[in-house]
Amino acid sequence: MEKSIKKYFALFALPTLLAFSVAFLIPFILGIVLSFTEFTTVTDAKWVGLSNYIKAFSNQEFINALWFTVKFTVLSVITINVFAFLLATMLTRGKKGTNIFRTIFFMPNLIGGIVLGYIWQLILNGILYYFDVTLTFDAKYGFWGLIILMNWQLIGYMMIVYIAGIQNIPKDIIEAAKIDGAPRFQILRNVTIPLVMPAITICLFLTLSNSFKLFDQNLALTAGAPSKQTTMLALDIYNSFYSKTGWEGVGQAKAVVFFVLVALIALVQLVITRRKEIEN
Amino acid sequence: METKSSRIKDSISYIVLILLSIAFLGPIFIVLMNSFKGKFYISDTPFLFPNSTTFSGLENYIGGIAKTDFMSAFGMSLFITVFSVAVIVLFTSMTAWYITRVKTKFTNMLYYVFVFSMIVPFQMVMFTMSKVANIIHLDNPIGLIFIYLGFGSGLSVFLFSGFVKSIPIEIEEAVMMDGCNPVQAFFSIVLPILKPTAITVAILNVMWVWNDYLLPDLIIGTEFKTIPIAIQYLKGGYGSIDMGAMMAMLVLAIVPIVIFYLSCQKYIIEGVVAGAVKG
Repeated sequence: MEKSIKKYFALFALPTLLAFSVAFLIPFILGIVLSFTEFTTVTDAKWVGLSNYIKAFSNQEFINALWFTVKFTVLSVITINVFAFLLATMLTRGKKGTNIFRTIFFMPNLIGGIVLGYIWQLILNGILYYFDVTLTFDAKYGFWGLIILMNWQLIGYMMIVYIAGIQNIPKDIIEAAKIDGAPRFQILRNVTIPLVMPAITICLFLTLSNSFKLFDQNLALTAGAPSKQTTMLALDIYNSFYSKTGWEGVGQAKAVVFFVLVALIALVQLVITRRKEIEN
Repeated sequence: METKSSRIKDSISYIVLILLSIAFLGPIFIVLMNSFKGKFYISDTPFLFPNSTTFSGLENYIGGIAKTDFMSAFGMSLFITVFSVAVIVLFTSMTAWYITRVKTKFTNMLYYVFVFSMIVPFQMVMFTMSKVANIIHLDNPIGLIFIYLGFGSGLSVFLFSGFVKSIPIEIEEAVMMDGCNPVQAFFSIVLPILKPTAITVAILNVMWVWNDYLLPDLIIGTEFKTIPIAIQYLKGGYGSIDMGAMMAMLVLAIVPIVIFYLSCQKYIIEGVVAGAVKG
């Protein structure tokens, strides 16, 4: 059978492969090569060695963006997962109406980042108006604004994954613990949490990579204001490419660094998941 | 065992859930409310209902639609999303079947390259991809669909491959013994079995393509606008925004999503969970 399928390569695999090469493979390789060159239009590249990387790391805006992104990611991963987990435990007790609540909490996840950014710009500026400031008055407002926005968007999504995890726990295990007289908190700590560990791993990494790679929301909510203090990594790379002339090579070097960081996160996730699977 | 204290606990958790629901729906409601206010009454008092002075009827909608050319942005978003997702589902399921059934070093490597592409952030290829697209004249809506196929193929091939592995190969062998060629076997036997994964793949890609801003902006943004691009361009050159038009366009951007969500909620939630667990 394999042989007869093999003859149909041009029909089954070629269209996807062509598109994949044009949209991903060639740009990816080109991107790595160009990060060691100086260029403006891809075709006029001149080899400059590591100088783009040196420029990137001595660029204060890049370092600020990196630091801002790390702080934002840590805080949003923690808050989103704590709230989502609490909501999931509230909604898996078999009470009436839980489906409606689930529907409501999940909805913000479907709205695109640009739209979300402008919704929250209105709300947050409306609140800050009472204190005579705006969202872009100080970087801390933009920072907390992004945290609130991200929570609003992702809590429902993570809640759904946690609910699926909690519902997979056999009911009799929890019942047995209850009959043995274990207090609710102990059941949560010693029974529920270990058993939903796979869901926790998934959610931690989903929130981690979503927060770390955030772009649209950042662009719409503050666009980096005031004076680029709320610029995250993805937006800083975009700015290097498109709003600074002669910085294309440095932008590409920053993008490679960004890719390496994201790949490291994914690698850690892979190792952890593998280890969990072996344990079980 | 319905005791008084458990009833009190129940009511407290309901009150908490209702308050949270208000917090989750509130922002959307506030945008809706402000879309009916005159543009100078929005920024300062977004939490007040429109009254006889501030109410402006449909003025924001009419002005906003004209200003952003919303109807053509809506049409462009719909066109790009429908065709990209259709092309992605069709071609990546075929590719996934091919690389799972034909076992060579090359197909094995391909599988890992597809999986690898999933972790590469868009910024890594953003600049070079838009230049390549420019050079080979893909900077038009049809070309954009082709690029979506390429960029979306990592996750989709991965999800389809996982499912193909679980299909017993005997079914396909039996059909091909009976004289079906692989094309017939794929479309009459394999694709129908793949339907649940196809729905997951379609839902995940609809959510991505419909809301995507940066990729379409870089590829076709100078000539054509999708809804997210049209909204972003409402922000004027000096950071000034026509708040009235903005509110109205936000509402018009959210309405199709809410309709889509409420009409296939079950599939969306299942698809998102399946995508999260496997991805």
